[in-house]
Amino acid sequence: MKKNYGPFYVAPVTVWLACFFVIPISIIVYYSFLTKGINGGVIHKLSLDAFRALYNPTIFQITINTFQVAILATVIMVSFAIPASYFMARSRFKNFFLLLVIIPFWTNFLIRIYAWMAILGNNGIFNNILLSTGIINNHIQFLYNTNAVILVTIYTYLPFAILPLYSTIEKFDFSLLEAARDLGATKWKAMASILLPNIRGGITTAVLFTFIPAFGSYAIPQIIGGTNSYMLGNVIARELTVTRNWPLASSISMVLTVFTTLGVLLFMRFNRSATESARGQKQKTVAAGAKA
Amino acid sequence: MWTLAPKCLRFTAGMRGKKRVKGSLVTVKNVEKNFGDFHVLKNISLEIKKGEFFSLLGPSGCGKTTLLRIIAGFEDPTSGAVFLDDRNVIPIPANKRPVNTVFQTYALFPHLTIFENVAFPLRLRKVTNNIVKDKVQEFLELVKLPKEGKKLPSQLSGGQKQRVAIARALINEPSVLLLDEPLSALDAKLRQHMLIELDAIHDKIGITFIYVTHDQQEALSVSDRVAVMNEGEVVQIGTPFEIYESPQTPFIAHFIGETNFIKGKVTEILNEKRAMVEFPDLGSSLTVYQDKSLIKGDNVKLTIRPEKIRISTEKPEGLDEKWNVLQGKVDELIYSGFQTKFFIEIGPKRTMFRVFKQHVKFFTDEKAINWKDNVYIWWHNNDGYIVEVEAL
Repeated sequence: MKKNYGPFYVAPVTVWLACFFVIPISIIVYYSFLTKGINGGVIHKLSLDAFRALYNPTIFQITINTFQVAILATVIMVSFAIPASYFMARSRFKNFFLLLVIIPFWTNFLIRIYAWMAILGNNGIFNNILLSTGIINNHIQFLYNTNAVILVTIYTYLPFAILPLYSTIEKFDFSLLEAARDLGATKWKAMASILLPNIRGGITTAVLFTFIPAFGSYAIPQIIGGTNSYMLGNVIARELTVTRNWPLASSISMVLTVFTTLGVLLFMRFNRSATESARGQKQKTVAAGAKA
Repeated sequence: MWTLAPKCLRFTAGMRGKKRVKGSLVTVKNVEKNFGDFHVLKNISLEIKKGEFFSLLGPSGCGKTTLLRIIAGFEDPTSGAVFLDDRNVIPIPANKRPVNTVFQTYALFPHLTIFENVAFPLRLRKVTNNIVKDKVQEFLELVKLPKEGKKLPSQLSGGQKQRVAIARALINEPSVLLLDEPLSALDAKLRQHMLIELDAIHDKIGITFIYVTHDQQEALSVSDRVAVMNEGEVVQIGTPFEIYESPQTPFIAHFIGETNFIKGKVTEILNEKRAMVEFPDLGSSLTVYQDKSLIKGDNVKLTIRPEKIRISTEKPEGLDEKWNVLQGKVDELIYSGFQTKFFIEIGPKRTMFRVFKQHVKFFTDEKAINWKDNVYIWWHNNDGYIVEVEAL
């Protein structure tokens, strides 16, 4: 008889996810329904205080801000990444370009953020160049605002958009573009009507890979952003470490998770319905075939 | 460029005498193409008639696909020009040329249904929906796929995909259809079938077809004329019959079909069409047909097709002097149903001769030829052809 090794194969990942995903998330959910301790921590007494505290214009404003930053950064990243990956995939030096995309990962994430301070700071390289060439007389405040946060977010997560797009575009059959041109399409029309629909999977992955980390961003707004560019991640950290309101930190975390999940589901739903309208006929013919 | 070999004038089988007037006259003038130091095309000039089914035949890497891509507009020639009727099309981008291509890999758009694939060129021109519907249906019927419009390319077989690609390339009503090895991905039986259908479509539509292939069978069976290419040059242009029966170089004789080569030296000119040639490898002298104005002492190469040679264990009787008879020994035989291929050892140097015997009779009617048998082989000297002459 054939032995079923399935459970054996999935055991490690099950244990891993249980320990480091399910249990922590459950703790967060549980804590959000508890009462805050006087000096931090929690008192194991059920309460909805943490959720009442969410009804707060500041948190609402920060949620909106977080969405804005994440969406804007994602849109810019993906629209940069599509032409960049197309160029890489068609280049003779694709491996070299791939290496260039990966090189930043060899340096610590925080160090790279601090490097941006050295570049954009008031005494940074950029200001010094502008001052010494006489283009400006006083230094410009580049850092500590939302634009700086968006810029560094794009810098940090752009490879996560390029890599999935590159691998999709590399598999794309470029003779399709030639066929489209042969049949009368201009270069741009061929790209829009043939390339984009066929790399939809790569675009979806790129959007998810960049939106999720950008939405949950903490270090970048903490270091590069000012008080007006706080994001949800920073509020959570403040509630946890400074204000020491653990239930509130937990409830905001839940908001973050729910919004991320909702965003992803909505996006995938939208994406699938677009694909379905193109492939709807396939479903029908398959169904008809099954009936027959 | 090549004059008809006189013996071909006796035949008209190569011309398929159908009246076609549609399509464009395609003139390729002194086209050269270099990729870096590599000369892919060397001064190609061709004239393809209106409505002709014209093949570019050659081994891979001979430049035939590059030439096709230049005509399509995907590639610019290093020098030279391509004219459709009287218009130089080199400055016209691919999407504006009245030329469409059927690609080797079909290049169907995987995200669009068959209907939308075929409708693609019409959609680009913003043709109204009703006309699109009728026209797409008309072309799907032309390629015998009237009911597959709602499927996706991934649901079709290779042959069906190929038909869709043809319909899509024809719907714009181009004046020239380019076909880049369109059947190479299909299996042998289907290829035969598709060839016949391509021919039928050509007869129906009547535009100029330029067909690129490395398969000599395909080229011979459907083309009005064939251009044989090798190493970036056109080596011969002619009807399939001319190409097969009067190859101008040993390369063509070798590339098209199977053949035997023997080297010899002219010892005597008998008359305008006949010469006596001594073949040291065979240890004998034979009378050969010639159309090359040979003179005594020329070194020549004779090609003789294996299917034109008869074989028997008994000495043939009653042959006149126009028949060449040789004696040899069966070295190898390969039985393949409709025919047997014999490899016969002949002469002091044990030269190998291929002889194909078609099984048109009952086996019991003649004596079987076995391995190591001594056999006679003979052929009419009109069937040999001199492909190479080296003057003294």
